[in-house]
Amino acid sequence: MRHIISLLMENESGALSRVAGLFSARAYNIESLTVAPTEDGTLSRMTIVTRGSTDVIEQITKQLNKLVDVVKVQDLTDGSHIERELMLVKVRATGDQREEMKRLADIFRGRILDVSDKTYTIELTGTGSKLDAFLDAVEPAAILETVRTGASGIGRGDRIMKI
Amino acid sequence: MADLELTGAEIVVSCLRDEGVKHVFGYPGGAVLNIYDEIYKQSAFEHILVRHEQAAVHAADAYSRSTGEVGVAIVTSGPGATNAVTGIATAYMDSIPMVVISGQVPTAAIGQDAFQEVDMVGITRPCVKHNFLVRDVRDLAATIKKAFYIAATGRPGPVVVDIPKDVTQHRCVYEYPKSVSMRSYNPTSKGHSGQIKKAAQMLLEAKRPMIYTGGGVILGNASAQVVELVRLLGYPTTSTLMGLGGYPSPDPLFLGMLGMHGTIEANMAMQHCDVLLAVGARFDDRVIGNPKHFAQEARRIIHIDVDPSSISKRVRVDVPIVGDVLQVLDEVIKLIRGEKSRPDEQALKAWWAQIELWRAQDCLKYDRASAVIKPQFVIEKLYEVTQGDAYVTSDVGQHQMWAAQYYQFNKPRRWINSGGLGTMGFGLPAAMGVQMAFPDAMVACVTGEGSIQMNIQELSTCKEWNLPLKVILLNNGYLGMVRQWQEFFYEERYAESYMNSLPDFVKLAEAYGHVGITIDKPEDVEPALRDAFGKYKDRLVFLNFLTDPRENVFPMIPAGKGLSEMILV
Repeated sequence: MRHIISLLMENESGALSRVAGLFSARAYNIESLTVAPTEDGTLSRMTIVTRGSTDVIEQITKQLNKLVDVVKVQDLTDGSHIERELMLVKVRATGDQREEMKRLADIFRGRILDVSDKTYTIELTGTGSKLDAFLDAVEPAAILETVRTGASGIGRGDRIMKI
Repeated sequence: MADLELTGAEIVVSCLRDEGVKHVFGYPGGAVLNIYDEIYKQSAFEHILVRHEQAAVHAADAYSRSTGEVGVAIVTSGPGATNAVTGIATAYMDSIPMVVISGQVPTAAIGQDAFQEVDMVGITRPCVKHNFLVRDVRDLAATIKKAFYIAATGRPGPVVVDIPKDVTQHRCVYEYPKSVSMRSYNPTSKGHSGQIKKAAQMLLEAKRPMIYTGGGVILGNASAQVVELVRLLGYPTTSTLMGLGGYPSPDPLFLGMLGMHGTIEANMAMQHCDVLLAVGARFDDRVIGNPKHFAQEARRIIHIDVDPSSISKRVRVDVPIVGDVLQVLDEVIKLIRGEKSRPDEQALKAWWAQIELWRAQDCLKYDRASAVIKPQFVIEKLYEVTQGDAYVTSDVGQHQMWAAQYYQFNKPRRWINSGGLGTMGFGLPAAMGVQMAFPDAMVACVTGEGSIQMNIQELSTCKEWNLPLKVILLNNGYLGMVRQWQEFFYEERYAESYMNSLPDFVKLAEAYGHVGITIDKPEDVEPALRDAFGKYKDRLVFLNFLTDPRENVFPMIPAGKGLSEMILV
């Protein structure tokens, strides 16, 4: 099962390596990991997308909680939540393909950020699977470069993670 | 009036003094010269100079295991720090509270591949409870306070404080914080009352109960509570390697150690019980073997542990209780005392009858009439001669298992060994740590000729401090446990497990200024031990027992097998 785990942690040097090290040392899987400071500069918020059985996910949350720098851990997948990821993708845009690419970007509500005579650079936001769907829709040879941020997640409604 | 400013080095020494530290084990070097200069000037604590940094950490570790205090070691940067890593990992695996202060190159040199630079925080990250790099002298005192607090609370563990050399020169006003509060670190100590109630109920309803205790009972000082609960219920109890001494071994309610080299009665009762109470233990691979095999029998499990991540890690648990084992057991005992219902006597009688059948197989029997010295015999005699009152440290291998099986530990904190990491070379420096803490106590280091040579240089430290510990070398000429596995599982291909050119241990002991004795006949075992603890009471005695080279440790559960799949004598 795919899980999205949110962490609040002390915004200190080395904190990220503790989390990354934990995942590799205990052979847990990381699909993506994003981290940045919150509105409170002493805290960082991290979103980790991982896969594992219920037992493994339980261990992951317990082990994360055990890290001294970690203030709070929440498995977002336990309740309703929103997940978004940003992707920048550079595609070949020549000849007939140029018009087609523009239409495809529109369909996926992408924005073209940069244009050259041969390429478009498109910004797309959505769930991971939406971004995958876009890449699937484009002919592989036309994809020149992709950059993805990994998912960020937040609980819906009154579900708030704060200290 | 302006407050007096101290240098970082003065602050380190002041913190240790204010923390009440009495003994520090260490080794100087470039990056910690300022700290050592301050150590030279003070008299609040004793510094013990070892001969290798690994030994400093093991000694501090054993100091902690035997006293319950936080152990302290100081090492320099680079190789000093890396030499300490094995000791730190050893303490981490066994949850031993320790603070290791390591020197670091000056902050401006960090990352420049400076002389004796190593990323200590990076290198130790996976084997510490927490670590710090102190970049500003103004953070130093608070960081050291936090280090002691984190090391000793919750599930204990080693904490590294890495201090760049320039930080030890910078000055600031010193104030040692009285308390620590961290929003990100709040270990649970009080167990959930609903769960505790359930546990008490479940224990009283058991038909085939079993109590299984681990190192958490020792670390949590809950030995008296375990004894009270076991005797109140009359239930069989066992202990892991790390928990020995938590319940008095000679007591009939105690079934001996369980696990890979556990007794038949302990392993079978563990496998066939219907209610299992686990206290401060973690169902690791050397204890229950294959968890799939363990799960074949239906049983309900109550698990008390201070570390939530230890619960339901390898085995599903029905009643998890996160909390301090001492506090939780107190609550359980109070509830059971207040209950009208008592355990089902008929069922308990039948269960004990079954256990006695297992016990009657006498799985720890060995050839007592042997003409060569049996290692088990040496340990039995050691127990007799010391009347069970010694601190016994050990290295790792067959001798460790024999010490665990044949020395009847009566009290907690008397059995000091590297259970989790299995670090050869632990025993001698560990014995030093214990002897420093208890100068008048009997301290024995049970070792093998492989292990002892991994830190033998510490005989020199022992001379410097006149530590009258006794080295009990069970010398069988082989890396015994490796040889045993090769005999059982590798068709007797003894690859690199025979040591051909052993030193003359008697001369070696004498060269270091100690007493050395070689014993090669069973009838000389007891007199030699009596001499060691009597005539040579105040000397370090190195007893070189030439033991049966082909003796094996039984029972044995092969790796990956289940608790009822033991190999017997």
